[in-house]
Amino acid sequence: MNFEFSDEQNMLREQARAYLAEHCSTEVVRKVLESDLSFDTKLWQGTVEMGWTSAATPEEYSGLGLSEMELCVIAEELGRSLAPIPFGSSIYLAAQAVLLAGSEAQKQQWLPRLSHGETIGTLALSEGAGSPSYDLLQAQVRNGKLTAKKTPVIDGMIADMAIVVARGDSGKPGLYLADLSAAGVERKLLSSIDESRPQAEIIFTDTAVELLGEGQALIEQLLDRAAILFAFEQLGGAQRALEMAVQYASERFAFGRQIGSFQAIKHKLADMFATLEMCKANCYYAAWALTTSSDDLPLAAATARVSASQAYYQCSKENIQVHGGSGFTWELDAHLYYRRAKVLSLVIGGERRWKERVVSQLETAEAGAPTAA
Amino acid sequence: MDFNDTKEEAQFRQQAKQWLEENIVQFKQEFPFEVGDNVTDSQAAELAKAWQKRKFEGGWGCLTWPKAFGGREVSIMEATIFAQEEAKVMPLAGMYIITSGMAVPTIMTHGTEEQCKQLLPSIANGERLWCQLFSEPAAGSDLAGIKTRAVKDGDDWIINGQKVWTTLAHVSDWAILVVRTDPTVAKHKGLTYFVIDMKSPGVEVRPIKQASGESEFNEVFLTDVRIPDSQRLDAVGNGWRVAMTTLMNERVAVGGAFSDNVEEILEVARTTPLGQGRAIDDCGVRQSIADWYVKAAGLKNIGLRQLSTLSKGGVPGPEASVSKLVLGIGRQDLAAMSLDILDMAGVLAEDDAMGWGSHDFFRTIGNRLEGGTDEILRNIISERVLGLPAEIRVDKDVPFNQVPSGA
Ligand SMILES: Cc1cc2nc3c(=O)[nH]c(=O)nc-3n(C[C@H](O)[C@H](O)[C@H](O)COP(=O)(O)OP(=O)(O)OC[C@H]3O[C@@H](n4cnc5c(N)ncnc54)[C@H](O)[C@@H]3O)c2cc1C
Repeated sequence: MNFEFSDEQNMLREQARAYLAEHCSTEVVRKVLESDLSFDTKLWQGTVEMGWTSAATPEEYSGLGLSEMELCVIAEELGRSLAPIPFGSSIYLAAQAVLLAGSEAQKQQWLPRLSHGETIGTLALSEGAGSPSYDLLQAQVRNGKLTAKKTPVIDGMIADMAIVVARGDSGKPGLYLADLSAAGVERKLLSSIDESRPQAEIIFTDTAVELLGEGQALIEQLLDRAAILFAFEQLGGAQRALEMAVQYASERFAFGRQIGSFQAIKHKLADMFATLEMCKANCYYAAWALTTSSDDLPLAAATARVSASQAYYQCSKENIQVHGGSGFTWELDAHLYYRRAKVLSLVIGGERRWKERVVSQLETAEAGAPTAA
Repeated sequence: MDFNDTKEEAQFRQQAKQWLEENIVQFKQEFPFEVGDNVTDSQAAELAKAWQKRKFEGGWGCLTWPKAFGGREVSIMEATIFAQEEAKVMPLAGMYIITSGMAVPTIMTHGTEEQCKQLLPSIANGERLWCQLFSEPAAGSDLAGIKTRAVKDGDDWIINGQKVWTTLAHVSDWAILVVRTDPTVAKHKGLTYFVIDMKSPGVEVRPIKQASGESEFNEVFLTDVRIPDSQRLDAVGNGWRVAMTTLMNERVAVGGAFSDNVEEILEVARTTPLGQGRAIDDCGVRQSIADWYVKAAGLKNIGLRQLSTLSKGGVPGPEASVSKLVLGIGRQDLAAMSLDILDMAGVLAEDDAMGWGSHDFFRTIGNRLEGGTDEILRNIISERVLGLPAEIRVDKDVPFNQVPSGA
């Protein structure tokens, strides 16, 4: 057993951190948050040039052919720097969907373009308030034409293509590939809690789509895999929020002492650290499960996802608390993490959905082999 | 990153399994009582010692120890593999946490060669079980505040005082002991560390009834107990440093050994009716179970990560404090959850399949206190890991006999 990233992977991390420190300061994040921009095109181009968008794409589709482990390393750094780019939508969701379920022709058509950032993709799953549910799924494909109202769709305004979850002629839910420049696509920008990662409503009316693959199991598989990558983004953000809090607690004085000398603050920070360490360990295990397509990938993914959502929320909200009144200002960066924590925890279904998946996986595992723990 | 056994690890695991399979059957024939069904502590101690003897004879008794003391010098990874396999068939490992997890590393780190030769063989072969005489009525978290005195008398020391919360003192043969040898210097500086035979004249053990109803721990009164200077570990006045070695190992030993009760809570939820169906069908119940599983998995994975670090020659990091902190609170809440699922019947404490909930509901109180309370662990994490300022100490540079005690 070996629980560490390899030297090459650690090098990749350092390289990514250095690059992002230079090109993705919180000023860059704020530029997108505070303007009509949908993403930072320069940074997006940068991630393409660094080879990050193509890292886990096989070489035959003009990717670098690295493993998902490398993608996890990159995700953690993107999360840490709050990168305002459609990396998750396009890579963890759209490219992964094509890779998982696409025909050879579809892979040839889409993967090179997605991997080189020429095409931006996303996943259109939600149909409004409430957990996405296969029973209530409204989106319909009849004879290759999609009718649906999908909302919210992350990066929906800038995406060139979307993987749409819809019910097909067979009555089964499936993944459909929609070219968003096709006829019958209407989109509208929605106001949201973190406009550095904008959301849209997309209405499809008799839009021509292609089937990628059918069945609940496929959709779940896609979400499981993406959950692990998003969990690494969450881990990176949570880690940064804790660092900010610790630094401020050491600098700020009250009652003639550093506020970090008050036990209420020390213990709060210790609890944040504990949650973060648990999250990190769960994420690492899930990264391995993802890379090796281990049997307990679904359980490991749901576990990492819940762990990461909890850790980021805790670290981002308590970071604000430690900062006192200044934590509530627009000027201080603390709220950027608080926003992003919530967006990331909801983007592919919220905590409730993923906790449900943990338990249903435990039940399946119990019926077969003993549980992982 | 790779969570599978390497080829060598798999081979070692196979050997361990095979030895365990062959020996556990025979062992259970010779000692035909199951742990859990009303085994007294002294029976459990005898059983644990007999099992240690069996392991020792088979070459599995003290895997990581130096060969000179009867060990095999195997890696921590391999020792863990054996422990994992052992835990599946023999639930008594807990009896040896203090002996092997705390006393042994302390003796090896601070004892002379002579002391190692004298003390370790009788641990290896299952002859002696040890306990830990640290805490006192007025000194728990503030361990350096102990008052039990040792006064030099020729080549001996005369010990007087009282220890408390001493787990397994009533069934132990020997003990590790911290006492004050100089009350006129600052508190951390006047301590000395000894090992002591629990059968020495003047040692009196009185069981304490715990809130759980059990009596795992005791008061230990030491009255004019005479021990030779050869039973002192490390220099006079160096006791605090030696005690730190013990405590560091304690957190690893205590945090590392845990059962997550995931299967048990699922069983409770599956067999308890609720509304039209079963508790396991209830969304609220499922969400709570998931909350615990995510923690249990985190603990397991932190353990693996720690093991991976140790096996590469790293030192135990802050993970041990994190694990112990999360584990105590988490398991207490889990026990409470299991009683809540049973609803009105959760008040019962029958000795049946559901009994673990009511048992743990009380026992986990102790988990949050022993081996460093939750609050002390948070101090450790915030100071040593996050680098925040240390607690304000009003007693640090004051001679011990002038420190206010509130008594
Ligand atoms: C089941 C069990 C088994 C045990 N076994 C043994 C054993 O075998 N040998 C042995 O020597 N001891 C043993 N102990 C004793 C244990 O180590 C002590 O109980 C523990 O260290 C706490 O000390 P105390 O009981 O004196 O509480 P105190 O130290 O008086 O603590 C009371 C409360 O004050 C808090 N507190 C104290 N100091 C601080 C601080 N600086 N900052 C914030 N909060 C603080 C504590 O967290 C706690 O909540 C055992 C205890 C239990 C419960």
